[in-house]
Order: sequence, then C-alpha cells, then structure tokens
Amino acid sequence: MKTIFENGGEGRAAVQFSDDQYPTEAPKIEDRFRRKNLKIPEVSEIEVVRHYTTLSKRNYGVDLGFYPLGSCTMKYNPKVNEDMAKLEGFTNIHPMQPEELSQGALQMLFELQEMMKEITGFDAFSLQPAAGAHGELVGVMMIKAYFQKHDKKRKKILIPDSAHGTNPASVTLCGLETQEVKSDGNGNVDLNDLRQKMNDETAGLMLTNPNTLGLFDQNIIEICKIVHEKGGLVYCDGANLNAMVGVTKPRDAGFDIMHVNFHKTFSTPHGCGGPGAGGVGVVGKLASFLPKPMVNQTNGMYHLDYNIPDSIGKVKSYYGNFGVLVKAYTYIRALGPDGLKRVGQNAVLNANYMRVKLMKHFDLPYKRICQHEFVISDRNMPNGVTTMDLAKRLLDYGYHSPTIYFPLIVHGAIMIEPTETETRETMDSFIETMLKILQEAQTTPELVKGAPHTLPVKRLDGVKAAREPVLTAR
Amino acid sequence: MDFVPHTRKDIEGMLKEVGVNSLDDLFRDIPDNIKIKGGLKIPASLDEKSVSDLVGGLSKKNVNSKQYVSFLGGGCYNHFIPSAVAHLVYRSEFYTAYTPYQPEMSQGILQAIFEFQTYMARLTGMDLANASMYCGASALAEAMMMAKNHTNRKKIVISKAVNPEYRQVVQTYATANELEVVEIKVGNDLATDFSEAVDDKTACVIVQYPNFFGTIEDLEKISALAHSKGAVAIASVQEMYSLGMLRPPGELGMDIAACEAQSFGNPISFGGPHLGVIACKTDLMRRIPGRLVGKTTDSEGKEGYILTLQAREQHIRREKASSNICSNEALCALAATIHLSMLGKSGLQKASEICAKNATYAKKRFEGLKLHLLNQNIYNEFCVEIPNADKVFEKLVEKKFIPGIKLWKYYPEMKNGLLISFTEMNTKKEMDEFFSALEGSL
Repeated sequence: MKTIFENGGEGRAAVQFSDDQYPTEAPKIEDRFRRKNLKIPEVSEIEVVRHYTTLSKRNYGVDLGFYPLGSCTMKYNPKVNEDMAKLEGFTNIHPMQPEELSQGALQMLFELQEMMKEITGFDAFSLQPAAGAHGELVGVMMIKAYFQKHDKKRKKILIPDSAHGTNPASVTLCGLETQEVKSDGNGNVDLNDLRQKMNDETAGLMLTNPNTLGLFDQNIIEICKIVHEKGGLVYCDGANLNAMVGVTKPRDAGFDIMHVNFHKTFSTPHGCGGPGAGGVGVVGKLASFLPKPMVNQTNGMYHLDYNIPDSIGKVKSYYGNFGVLVKAYTYIRALGPDGLKRVGQNAVLNANYMRVKLMKHFDLPYKRICQHEFVISDRNMPNGVTTMDLAKRLLDYGYHSPTIYFPLIVHGAIMIEPTETETRETMDSFIETMLKILQEAQTTPELVKGAPHTLPVKRLDGVKAAREPVLTAR
Repeated sequence: MDFVPHTRKDIEGMLKEVGVNSLDDLFRDIPDNIKIKGGLKIPASLDEKSVSDLVGGLSKKNVNSKQYVSFLGGGCYNHFIPSAVAHLVYRSEFYTAYTPYQPEMSQGILQAIFEFQTYMARLTGMDLANASMYCGASALAEAMMMAKNHTNRKKIVISKAVNPEYRQVVQTYATANELEVVEIKVGNDLATDFSEAVDDKTACVIVQYPNFFGTIEDLEKISALAHSKGAVAIASVQEMYSLGMLRPPGELGMDIAACEAQSFGNPISFGGPHLGVIACKTDLMRRIPGRLVGKTTDSEGKEGYILTLQAREQHIRREKASSNICSNEALCALAATIHLSMLGKSGLQKASEICAKNATYAKKRFEGLKLHLLNQNIYNEFCVEIPNADKVFEKLVEKKFIPGIKLWKYYPEMKNGLLISFTEMNTKKEMDEFFSALEGSL
C-alpha cells in the first residue's frame, strides 16, 4: 500500500486558515534562520481519511477479538473511560496554569494516589512515570539514592532468570549491576541461590510476582525476609498485578517498592504500544525519595508539593500521563472494591480454565494452579512445527497470538493470558482452534509452517529489515 | 459496575472444570495472613451514569482554554486539531491494539509509524527518527545517554535556557549515571553563550531551539563548537510548528533533535500524554533508544513493515540494551501523523507563519504600552517585563486571561518576567481584548 507521501498533488490541503482573523505584519526573522524547503505531502481531507481508515483495517485490537498476549493484560477497555479523558475540562488545561484553576485535575490525581495506596498497601504513591518501564526506572533510581545515603557499597541488583527484559535494562540505565538468580523446579525463586547471592553489596531484588510463568511465588514471605535480613530492598514488578488486585496487597508480602501498569490492570488502552502510565508505590522509609511533585491537600485546596527532601527529581515533564490517569481513575471508581476483587478472581479463573483444557494436549512445564496466565512449551508439537508457526497460524483464524518465546526459561514458550473480560465461549473457541492447529501440524504441517495465509502480507523478513535498514520513506 | 461477563453458573461450571470448589481455592499459593479481609477501603462501585457525572464534575472544576484566553506555552502548545484526527485515532483497531509484535496483523500501525518517522526526520532535517518516547523531556535525557555512550565522556553542557522541567529530568538521569551537568547562562537577547564551556571532556552540548525564552539560538555556531571538541550536539525542539518556518537542526549541524511533538494532534491534557521523539544522523542509528519501524519484504517479495534493529532493545539485549523503554506513545504518534497529513505543506507553513505573526503583533502592542521586551529574535514566544507582574497577573486572571508563565518561579533573577506564547488559536480580536485588559491592570 502506498504511503501518505505518495498521495496527493501540489497545492492540495485539508486545513485552511482565514487570514482576516489574524494580524498581517510579517515576522522579522533573519533569512539565515528561515527554512528553504519542506517536504510534506499535499493531500485533501478525503485522501487522509481514506488512507488512515484503510490502515486501521490492516490492524487488530481487543475490540475485534481475543488477544491472549501474556503479561500484557489485553482486557476490554471500557468506552466510558475514553469519553471522560476527552472532556474539555481535562484536555484543554495547561500544566503551568495557576493551581486554583486546576483544582479538579489535582483532586483527581490526589484521590488516585490515595486509592492506589490502598490497593497496593504502600504508604506513598507517585503517578509521574509514563509507563511500566519508566516506573521501574524510578524504582531503581530510588533504591540507588537510598543506598547512596545509607550504604554506598550496595550496587548489585538480583534479578530472577524469568524476569522481563526491562528489569536488567532499568538497572543498567541507573549505573548499577545485575546478577541473575535461578528459579527452582516449581517455578519459584531458588531460595538457596538467593541466600548465597544476597550479601552486603546487594542493593536488592527485583521480582515479578506473580512471575512470568504466571505463578505466585509460594515462598514470597521468606524471599522478602532473606533480602531484608541482609539489608536489601525488594522491588515488585507489578506488570502482573491483575492477578492479585482486590485479593492481596503486594506491600503485605514484604515488598518495599512496586510499579503499576495502569494500561494493564486498570484497563487503559494500549494504543498500539502507548501511551501508558506507570505509578510507583513505596514504604514509608522511601517516601522522601519519590519523584517530585506529589499532589497534596491542605484545607480543601489541592496543590503540587515539591517539598520532597531526598527526591530523585523528575523523570518526566509535568505530572505524569494525566489523560491516561483519568481513564484509570474512572475505571477504579466504577468498579469499587467488589468490582476490583472480581477482576482478580476471574482473571485467575479464566487462566486456570484454559490451562486445564490445553494441558491435555500441550506440554505444561509447571503443573500448578496458575494466576492470571500460564506458559506452555513447544515440546509436543509434531513435524518440526514451532511456536512461531503456531502463533502465525492463529492469526489466520482471527486471533492475536499469545506472547511467544518468553519467559526464556521455557523452551518455545507460549504465554497465555485471557484476562477477566473474556467469556467462556470465546475461550472455548480459541482452545478448539489451538487443537485444530495441532491437528494440522500432524496432517498438513506445511500449511502451518507457511502461515499466515489470510493477511495483507505473509511472514516478513526481519533479518533483511535489520541488515539494510529502511526507516523513512524516500 | 464491572466488565466480567460471567454469571454465577458460568463460574461454577468453570471451577468444576479446573477441579476446585471455590474461587478462593485458586489463591492457595497466597499465604492466608496476607489476603485482604473485608474488602479494599476505596469508594463503592458506581454505574456508568454516576461515574460519568462524578468525573465530569471534576473536569468542570478546571478552567480550560475555551473559557479563558490563554497565552501559556513554554513546552505545551494549544493548536487547532481538525476533527478528522480524533475520528481516525479513535478507530479501535488502533487504540485497543498492543505494540505490533505480530507484524502481519499490524501493518496498519507499522506503516503509520513508518510515516511518522519520515515526517519527524524530514521536519528536523535528520536521517531517521524513532517511533516515539514518553515526552520531550525524557527524550532529551535519553539523547544525553546516547551521547554519553557514544563519546564515553561524562560532562554534560546544557543551556539554562532549556525548559526548566526538562533540565530537571536531564539532571535526574544524569545523577543516576554519575554524570556532571554544567548549566550555561544566557547572554545577549537571552541566547546562550557556550564559548568557554565546551572542552574535550564534554559528551554533549544541549540547547533548546527556539529556546525556553523564545529566542532562536544560533545552532550553526553551537554545533560547530561542539564538534570542534568531539562532543555531540543536541537540540531540544518543543514547539514543532516552528520547523514550518525555521531551518531544521539537522541542516544546522546538530547530531540529535530530541523533540516534543505534542503540538501535532495531541491536546495539552495537563501535561500528558505528550509525544517525545528522537531524531538523529545515521552514525548514531544503533544508539537510538526505543522502537524503530523498518521496511522489508515478505516471503513472496511483497513490501511490508516490521519492528527492526531490535538488538538495541531491552527484550533482546536485557542489561546491554540502549535503554529500558518498552511502552512508548504510539497512539500520540499516530495522532501527530494524521494531523501533519491534514495540515500538509501549505497548512503547516501557514499555521507556522500565523504563530509568528501573532507574536510580532503582540511585541508591538507591549512596546506600545512602554513595557520592556527581554528578547527580539524570536519565533512565537518571548519574555516581557511587567512592573508588579504578580499583581497584574492576578488582575488579568480575574478578567479571564492567563497571561503567560511566571518566569521568577524558575529564574529568581527574572523578577517581573513573563513568558508569553502565541499560536493560531489566538485571534487578533482576543489579543486586542487582552491588551486593553492589560492596559487597565498596569
């Protein structure tokens, strides 16, 4: 399909401005500062609308069908949230306008901070990070700042072998070192390995819980105890909060810091990769290290509080992805305590339902009750059919694929997270399709290996894309 | 209200299939003593009507730019967004999708992002641009990290005329990486004079274009100075409409343009979500953080798009990645792409010219009131000194004008300084109304 740059014709424009509303005097900008050429297409409104509508039809979202992308929590995004974020009183307000003129926005942020403290159990909660990985960065910066103040030699962060790639990358971006901790045969952190590696140079442990196998670590209390006894801090990667929301509070297990992905657990849409929002909760002794500002309240007036003595500073301009937070706020207020508990419970019910049905036919390496997701391997797949082939064949049947080849500790991993918003019928159809593909792998393996067959393009050459990068239109 | 479709019967049936008796049995790995007892202490659930009323009520407690005439800019700009933008962005094939990990099923967003990268590269005069960053400030901090890794040096030279919000973010990333940040004061016409500051330990020189005060900095001179010491030259562009009129950083020798592209297609929204983006020259391509979309072919030779150069990224390289970024601002990038397509060449040039014309007119009017302008070589915003500015500000707010940003909050030495910004949303009529209100408030 042509790009927008190949459309249109000279002199066309979709936006016009009438001169009579503006002053006429030309600006005095020296010629050496003036732009000489601008290569922007000239297209009419109908061309723009048809072009991007056609592109939208070459895309796939939750509103079209099942999206069991593990660790990404692709739940339904309630429409009312979108309408709230689009209200003029939220979209057309400037972050530097006087606080008296932004009381509604500040009140919303304050109340969301308070509700997040209750949901996660932490003593203080910042809404500034723009995404989960940004929240991780804040968390690791805070760990670093905390030990810069209290115990400078602690520069190592332990990370389990099942962790998301963002964890070690966040550590590096803060100039700290990572050390890997093994998982045991049950999918928990190997306690002996943890004990051995935890020493007086270790700043802490970053742990995803439930982990990327979809398992709640059975030794969680002991893990936090081991790290704390040796003077470290425990960080919770909250990517998988959906499994526990309303059921347990991460702080109560012993975590000191946690980031939350609002675009996962709290239903704000993923928008093809963003914008998200990633809050960070901390225990009391770390509250003075949070990013500034926080939102506070005195005598019924809401204000930005920059008085945070050990603050790591700012990680984003202004106060976070406000528009995304409006959606999360709306969602939490709509659901309330009972609704949130139903989220956690049914996310876990749906995952277990799919797990027991699929484990009869696929290899399930960790045979335990799972939380919001589970991971199967490619071990039972016949005729050299791979996880990649299965994933691509699912696209032909109108499903998005699960997360594949992650976590790295499962061979040919297929990570399935249905979320709580799917019906039993949808899950049954998906399971049926998985079995059908398994059968195709037996009888017509080439059909599966050549998938997808029904989409605008067949399998794309990633090696070529990386070897001869073409990153802009000519 | 909640969005779980199951009936009691559905739940019972599924529990039976799983082989447990109750929902609680699914949580047997969680120790009992850390389970929530008696429910979360947050407000009770609401139906859709009630929650709309509640949140709608909060929105009405804010004053928005349609109620007050606003001259606030300083990094967030109120521009006209044509209706078609929201109609297209809110097609749910786009906004309810994830990152395009399955390219065959995501050609729509991949092509749109490829177009975004092209727009950004062309506007900034660079060779390439990434698929977006969280915001202009974090984009600038990550551009600094690119320079640090590229030069293996630890000194960061940054103009004090870079948006204070941005300097704080840069400082945060620098502190975490034990980098030294040197801030350079402004001189004549509020432009930055870097001449004594750059040496052979300097990783990068950071300047805003036009700068926070509105002055058009001399990038040609600054990039030449940076390069003479082997440093990377970074421009922070926060009002992208300026590039409809001004020579782009890439043409002026800059190596990286770390931009905030909110001006295209994205409302100000109290500061987020906005649209960071890094554009750079080819020699820095493999250091750029974040997603990149590349063009390739499928198994039958047909053209298509895919996320590429992933060997830089966290999910492949883990602790050796160029950044930890994962989620970005893809939907904001889509909005910018559509808005730019709507504007087209003539629309962007025209809008860009109007912003500058408005500022030109306002300068005259301030001078007519015998008020002192602090800078002249500007694009769409500038600084003015108003005696008793704090009081005048309050009087104007009472008359429903927000006259600008109080500079003394960020620069204590700029007592009585206001930063005043103009876009095509400000008409001559409302400027005239503002100036008569100002005259009556002095």
